[in-house]
Amino acid sequence: MMFVPGNNPGMMADAHIYGPDSIMLDLEDSVTMAEKDAARLLVYNALKSIDYGSTEMVVRINPLNTPYGKKDVEAVVKAGVDVIRMPKTETADEVRELEAEILKVETEIGRVGETRIMAAIESALGIVNAYAIATASPRMMGIALGAEDYSANLKTNRTPGGAELLLAREQIVVAARAAGICCFDTVYSNLDDMVTFRKEVELIKTLGFDGKSIINPRQIEVVNSVFTPTEKEITKARAVVAAIREAQAKGSGVIAVNGKMVDRPVVLRAERTIALAIAAGVIDKEEAI
Amino acid sequence: MKEAIAGTLESGDIMITIGPGEGLQVDLQSSVAAQFGRQIKAVITQTLEGLGVKDAHVQAIDKGALDCTIRARVTAAAVRATGKDVWKD
Repeated sequence: MMFVPGNNPGMMADAHIYGPDSIMLDLEDSVTMAEKDAARLLVYNALKSIDYGSTEMVVRINPLNTPYGKKDVEAVVKAGVDVIRMPKTETADEVRELEAEILKVETEIGRVGETRIMAAIESALGIVNAYAIATASPRMMGIALGAEDYSANLKTNRTPGGAELLLAREQIVVAARAAGICCFDTVYSNLDDMVTFRKEVELIKTLGFDGKSIINPRQIEVVNSVFTPTEKEITKARAVVAAIREAQAKGSGVIAVNGKMVDRPVVLRAERTIALAIAAGVIDKEEAI
Repeated sequence: MKEAIAGTLESGDIMITIGPGEGLQVDLQSSVAAQFGRQIKAVITQTLEGLGVKDAHVQAIDKGALDCTIRARVTAAAVRATGKDVWKD
């Protein structure tokens, strides 16, 4: 998910060319208060006019308790955005308040139920309430960590190893998995340090995240390379899935592949590996198995 | 109507200055005026007409803006000049 300032029309026009899975147009922190009105109009008109193809379009709105939040919701829902990213989410009630605002606009335009919600969790209270937030609405498609505000709220600092974020990251992954939705990690803002960036992406993949937020097209290749299964992993996953299908056809639930017992968790991991490989474009869906 | 500005001089943007006038008068500066000047002016006047603005003097400095950017910048300048927002709350 690539962050793009909502007040920069040049970047908004070009962002999809680099091939991110999703683009998040930002109306919040990257836009000054004096330009909130103009950025909202830019984002509205861009979403209405620019062909972003299959790229998922997300807009980060301002909090609803500011003078800008409700207008942001009206504009982006009317423009047909896929996902609204809610910043600084701390409670399930805040999600339900956003849900009500979205429904009001959707009802007006006759497009009920189309807009999904992603909640950014950026405080200790938000982390404590992560599962309640993740399950607050059927519109919830994901939760994401906002590490800068979270670190400030914890009264600590960001470090290259990310020790200060460990609990938050694990809590977000566990809450998302328990809720059956996606989870996305925070941005890494030092564009000159791709080595540490890669280590961070490897870490969050291991923790179970579905993806990483990025701030520059240069970071896309690193994220894709870490999240794309290797040929060896794909071969192994294909063998597992093929073997279990064969076993199921014969009425057996337990199988062995290369001398190792394969049970349900192994099959689930293999299926996820294949799904990632399809998503990354390294294998075709029709030829997956 | 008071004078108001929206937009920047960055690449891909357009700076719109709008103020009182009689009828819709558009002065355009653009490196692509020869090729797209008529189209840019049409987008500006159509956007203003859509907002119910019939009298205004517009100065536009274009830096290669898409039509959607022109519409956004003209609307922002008009809202700032008239005080009439396009959103409900």
